[in-house]
Amino acid sequence: MKSFRLERVFLPTAVVVVSAVGLLLAAGTNGVEPLKLIVEGSIGWPPFESGSSPKVGDTVMVWVPIALASAGLIVTFNAGMWNIGIEGQIIMGAIFAAFVAREVSASRPILILLTIVAGAVGGLLWGLLVGVLRTAGGVNEIFGGLGLDFVAASITTYLIIDPWRRAGVASTSGTDPFPDAALLPSLGGTRFSPLAVAIALLAIVGVWVLFRGTLYGLKLKAVGRNRPSAFLMGIPTNRYLLGAFMICGALAGIAGTSQATGFHYRLIPAISGGYGFLAILVVLLARFRAFWVVPISFFFAMIAVGSSQLQLRLDVNSALGGVLQGVLVLAAMFGLGWSAYRIRQRIAAAGEEPG
Amino acid sequence: MTGIWNAFIDMFDTATIATIVAGAAPLLFAAMGETISEKAGVINLSVDGSMMLAALAGFVAAFETGSVWLGFPAAAAVGMLVALVVAFGSIKLSLNQVAVGFVLFALCTQLSRFLGSSYVGRLPEAVPAWDVPLLESIPFFGRVLFQQNLMVYLSILTVIATYVYMYRTRKGLELQGIGERPEAAHARGIPVNRLRYFYTALGGALIGIGGAAFTLDVKLGWSDRPTLNFGWIVLAIVIFGGWHPIRVAIGVLLFGALQAYALNLIPEFPSLSQVLPSIPFPLMILALVIVNWKALLRWLDRYPWLRAILRSDPPTAIGTRFEVN
Repeated sequence: MKSFRLERVFLPTAVVVVSAVGLLLAAGTNGVEPLKLIVEGSIGWPPFESGSSPKVGDTVMVWVPIALASAGLIVTFNAGMWNIGIEGQIIMGAIFAAFVAREVSASRPILILLTIVAGAVGGLLWGLLVGVLRTAGGVNEIFGGLGLDFVAASITTYLIIDPWRRAGVASTSGTDPFPDAALLPSLGGTRFSPLAVAIALLAIVGVWVLFRGTLYGLKLKAVGRNRPSAFLMGIPTNRYLLGAFMICGALAGIAGTSQATGFHYRLIPAISGGYGFLAILVVLLARFRAFWVVPISFFFAMIAVGSSQLQLRLDVNSALGGVLQGVLVLAAMFGLGWSAYRIRQRIAAAGEEPG
Repeated sequence: MTGIWNAFIDMFDTATIATIVAGAAPLLFAAMGETISEKAGVINLSVDGSMMLAALAGFVAAFETGSVWLGFPAAAAVGMLVALVVAFGSIKLSLNQVAVGFVLFALCTQLSRFLGSSYVGRLPEAVPAWDVPLLESIPFFGRVLFQQNLMVYLSILTVIATYVYMYRTRKGLELQGIGERPEAAHARGIPVNRLRYFYTALGGALIGIGGAAFTLDVKLGWSDRPTLNFGWIVLAIVIFGGWHPIRVAIGVLLFGALQAYALNLIPEFPSLSQVLPSIPFPLMILALVIVNWKALLRWLDRYPWLRAILRSDPPTAIGTRFEVN
């Protein structure tokens, strides 16, 4: 069995390295330089050198929404649902948080708490809507979610160009910055917010505990594996599906709060940053295991932040970072699929019943 | 209010209808491709990405060779390649189709941005207009259907051909069989998985041609993510159209009409000029919600003729694997 395990790790890694270097060579670079630039642009070179704290702060604050969204997606994936609506849930969270940040005046700790709660509520409602469409309307969650993504994006654009437009200048670039009291507290001179990081880590631990130590998690998994038999076992499957969408939506909504009050400090049109879709890739690569989300989403955040350096320094389009992420996930998926296929073949060849 | 009404009336202008038909060509190709693929049982969720990558391939081929007609085979080849990856992953490696499709969507989108960055703003030669002799002089229909270009005619022919093939030939019956009851098809001696490869590849090629019809015709030239979100609309329209080529085509035209209406409304609501063009996307999904609403379908069951028009039942074996034991 040991050789199988080697094959499972080695094959995807080899494919990734070969395709990544091939791609970088094709882009007219020497192959290693872009990778070094990505590291340098996201956490400094050598890593975490003294002047790199603003960059590290940015990378961490990109990690926070990806990690939160990934934690939520683990819940919906375990319930057997494809929550493509996650982008809309992040956006709704950001909109709700922006509303509180703009309209509510309270002391700083209370205001910050309110933005987080508002974000969670916004995301939760948007997630619940996907779930209701699915359970009551029979609308596939992929398309219900996608439609709500479009709706949420349209609402953001509308808010920015009409009711929340900047004073004086008509602009689609974003709203006025939020008042300082509403912003997530960060360490001097960087975006790094220990509170946001703590919430993200808590969410990941929470999701791990949910599926390792609670009956609710076990039942949710049963619903995801085989809905008819879970139903026959007496589990109210629809209620569990709605629960999964609400948990995921709430976590995604907090990711939206972090984007609005912890990174951009205002509402911008593309407030989700595409991190919801990125989180789907993270969770597929982590194969639905909560703790793997931490390093993988940090690596993806590094690529997202660092690849802007490629444009500046090598004149290579920054979409290269996204290409690398996609190749990585695809290669891992096909690598694992291929070795599983080989195992099935060997078992069949040995004349045993395939398990 | 009168402005909203007038904008609606303006839609029935012959020139506007002709524009809707012309603009529908890319989505007709792609929607037929996805219909064929899903009818055979394979969901190609990568449409939004593979259409974009194919649009780039078609654009680059046409731009570099100077011949617009070389763009379409190049785009078809790229679309086919992506579709074959989906088919290989799901049929041979038994991976989740939706997962493979989604990853390919993300990868192809980024790849097209990356590879296409140096082509932004360049213009290739466009598909030349060509009126069909004699037919062009028919009142109304001549202007709408026969004063277009070759790709528009081909898109309409593709819809008709897909319908005839699927519902009027033996091969088409086999195509439906492998998507509905693969076990039964297998028992009748039909090579289920081989045909699934074939139809997924064919569907991918059509999706690719749809992409190239954007960059070489409807939205001439390459910009950053030119076909953004149209692939998702294709996936929604296929469901809206109940996997039936003619109804899918009607869905495409309906979407085109919604887009035209949204543009007509801009003078009425200048403050919404940024939002209106994106409204057809959620509206299309809303339409999808309505045709899928269980309560509505139960009500429709009382009126069989209405149910027949609106029914939207997926191929039974869609998204599932078939293994010979």
